[in-house]
Amino acid sequence: MRSWRQILTRAILPSLVLAVLAQPLWAASVADVTETTWQAQLWRFFSFQDASLRYALIGSIMLGLSCGLLGSFIVVRRMALVGDALSHAVLPGVAIGFLWNMTKDPLPIFIGAVLAGLAGTTMVTAITKTTRLKADTALGLVLASFFAVGVCMVTMIQRLPTGNKSGLDKFFFGQVAALGADDIILMSSVTGVAVVLVTLFYKELLLTSFDMGFARSSGLPVAWVHHGLMLLLAAATVIALQAVGVVLVSAMLITPAAAAYLLTDRMHRMLLLASGFGVTAGLMGAFLSFVGPSLPTGPLMVIAASTVFCAAFFFAPKHGIVARWWIHRTSAARTGRENTLKAMYHVWEQGEFRDVGITLKSLAERRRETLDEALRRAQVLATHGQATVRNDVVYFTPAGQQRAAEIVRNHRLWELYLTNSANIAPDHVHEDAEKIEHVLGETVVRQLERRLNYATLDPHGRAIPGPRQIHGVAIPANDGAEDGKAAP
Amino acid sequence: MSELIPPFDWHRVMVAPWTEDLSLFGWVGLMGFAVAAACGLVGNYLILRRMALMGDAVSHSILPGLVIAFLWSGSRGTLPMFLGALAAGAVTTLIIEAIHQRTRVKQDAAIGIAFSTLFAIGVLLVSIYAEQVDLDAECVLYGELAFVPLEPMVKVGSLVLGPFSFVRMAGVLLAVGLLIMAFYKELLVTSFDSGLARSLGINPTWAHYGLMAMLSIVVVSAFEAVGAILVIAMLILPGATAALLTQTLSRMHMIAIFHAALSAWLGVSLGVWLDCSIGAAMVVAGAGLFGLAWAWQALQVWAARREARGDTSQLKMPSR
Repeated sequence: MRSWRQILTRAILPSLVLAVLAQPLWAASVADVTETTWQAQLWRFFSFQDASLRYALIGSIMLGLSCGLLGSFIVVRRMALVGDALSHAVLPGVAIGFLWNMTKDPLPIFIGAVLAGLAGTTMVTAITKTTRLKADTALGLVLASFFAVGVCMVTMIQRLPTGNKSGLDKFFFGQVAALGADDIILMSSVTGVAVVLVTLFYKELLLTSFDMGFARSSGLPVAWVHHGLMLLLAAATVIALQAVGVVLVSAMLITPAAAAYLLTDRMHRMLLLASGFGVTAGLMGAFLSFVGPSLPTGPLMVIAASTVFCAAFFFAPKHGIVARWWIHRTSAARTGRENTLKAMYHVWEQGEFRDVGITLKSLAERRRETLDEALRRAQVLATHGQATVRNDVVYFTPAGQQRAAEIVRNHRLWELYLTNSANIAPDHVHEDAEKIEHVLGETVVRQLERRLNYATLDPHGRAIPGPRQIHGVAIPANDGAEDGKAAP
Repeated sequence: MSELIPPFDWHRVMVAPWTEDLSLFGWVGLMGFAVAAACGLVGNYLILRRMALMGDAVSHSILPGLVIAFLWSGSRGTLPMFLGALAAGAVTTLIIEAIHQRTRVKQDAAIGIAFSTLFAIGVLLVSIYAEQVDLDAECVLYGELAFVPLEPMVKVGSLVLGPFSFVRMAGVLLAVGLLIMAFYKELLVTSFDSGLARSLGINPTWAHYGLMAMLSIVVVSAFEAVGAILVIAMLILPGATAALLTQTLSRMHMIAIFHAALSAWLGVSLGVWLDCSIGAAMVVAGAGLFGLAWAWQALQVWAARREARGDTSQLKMPSR
């Protein structure tokens, strides 16, 4: 057993260094606590001579791992608050487990709490099935009622002569320093079982999480997968209780998983990331709680996890706020430029001398704007190499000409498509085409053209720009276009 | 085990709290009733609007608002407390909306993240500034109803109104009752059919925010008495029990108030008998009442099915 523990201790060293390296300033307050030099205190922290510190760190890693892993499933299954109900509902089980032989023996507490948690989730299901109360009401009801039963029992136990030093109050907000060797063995084995089961039944869990109908029709025991997940979830909640506390366990399930959900679209990556975030949050919480011994560990872990989530919320490469804002901004700017190009094309197409540039005046009239605004728009195009401005006349560059013709083509093709294939009246298709013209890709355009028999006129009788307009020769194809409205 | 559950003594449990110890338990029971009734009235709407978990979220996330208000104003006055609660409620709503509208994280996870983070911050503040705030971490969870009679009494002239927090809670209950009476139609319509509400010129958004403000005030007034988690039960249990027994909103209010009174009375007795936290005992009593209503409804469903089965067999007879 000892060698096993040593292996684990050594395995976590690198991750711990990573987690703590960013916080060298905190080491000073470690020194304050014990009045030694901070170098000595730092050495004490990293050399793992302190057994309780060792337990605390292993415990944090285990709970972060199991909570992140199982939390991912409840987040994608939209059952996040089931975790909340579960974590509150275990309290009476903890009290009963304690009463078993009046000690904080982990095993009876574990069994009692898991049973209480399962009773809670079963009750939620029973209430939603047999009454007209909705799931949210049932969750809140079970959560608070079970918790009240637990509080009654805990306050009764604390009244007993032996109960006062029971340490049951540590179950409310968690104290990672209170973990003992037995707790660590239990936490590690539950985490091990969870990892093994999730690996073995990954396919089943994945399928039931994302496509219940398909899972059912392919003969998977959907109900059993659900119950199994609930059991694992209850077990993970319970092993995290001692360190995080009843109230905040749900956050360790939800927050790391939600952060991972923002960072990836693949379930296996989400599981890895969520476990990683869970472990990081756990270690940070344990470290900060070690620094300030009077602080409860649970809130510290939760705040660490929330910090990770906050970072993902803002800076996730695809789903983060900054990325979304940037995409929105750039696409809005591009749409604006393309609308200017389109207006220029419209003017150009109606002009008599098509090789000549477009006057700012006609562009402004077309867009119903002032001359200044038209000039500003033309200058924006000029900075993007799509037009040149000389003496109040705007000229297409070849690239600008091509993009303008493409946009007008997309617009008119789409109008024709909606009129011919979707049977929408020609005077109702413009709005839709205004939006889609900016996003149609070349592949879709080829399909539309094929489908519309390479028509050359849109429903309003205007020419659809063809390859000639788009790729160079500036001669509009008005000739021989009367068959353009074919292909009903 | 035997020392855990004291023997049931009829006089000590059922009679004494309301006779000899009335000056003590009378206030506890009244406070419990005021808390449960005010929470129950607001909770009815939470249940109807499927916002029960917003109650969960707000009750947790009010803690940092409360602590910051205490620290900032340096007093335990009512006004800073209410302002802190309103701000905390608004911040919770904003965070939840920001997470679930701007990212792909769903609303349930957003609620979970928002309230747990705020609650964690609150608990940390309580642990750091324990002396200034005068709240301990466990009181945050389940409050202390038994301390209510120890508070200074509020007097108007020679008339004793009651302990301060009870007077405040009663005022809140009265205000909630009056507000519900005044805006009954608006609340009713927006709860059931926001489309109809809009066509009647009632703004459902205002009703929503009004309800959230009411929720924040009720929860913060009840906070010291029943804590962050038991208050969820106070919010949901009366309304859930009422929803099982009636389909009419006005009757739901009546039943919720009745449930509050009954659970306050039984809760005090249960708490005295078991010598445990009276707030928790009230919730256990309330949950018991919910269980009874549930059983009653199940019985009715069973009877209705039996009757229906009997009817169909009778109907089938002549056709044969």
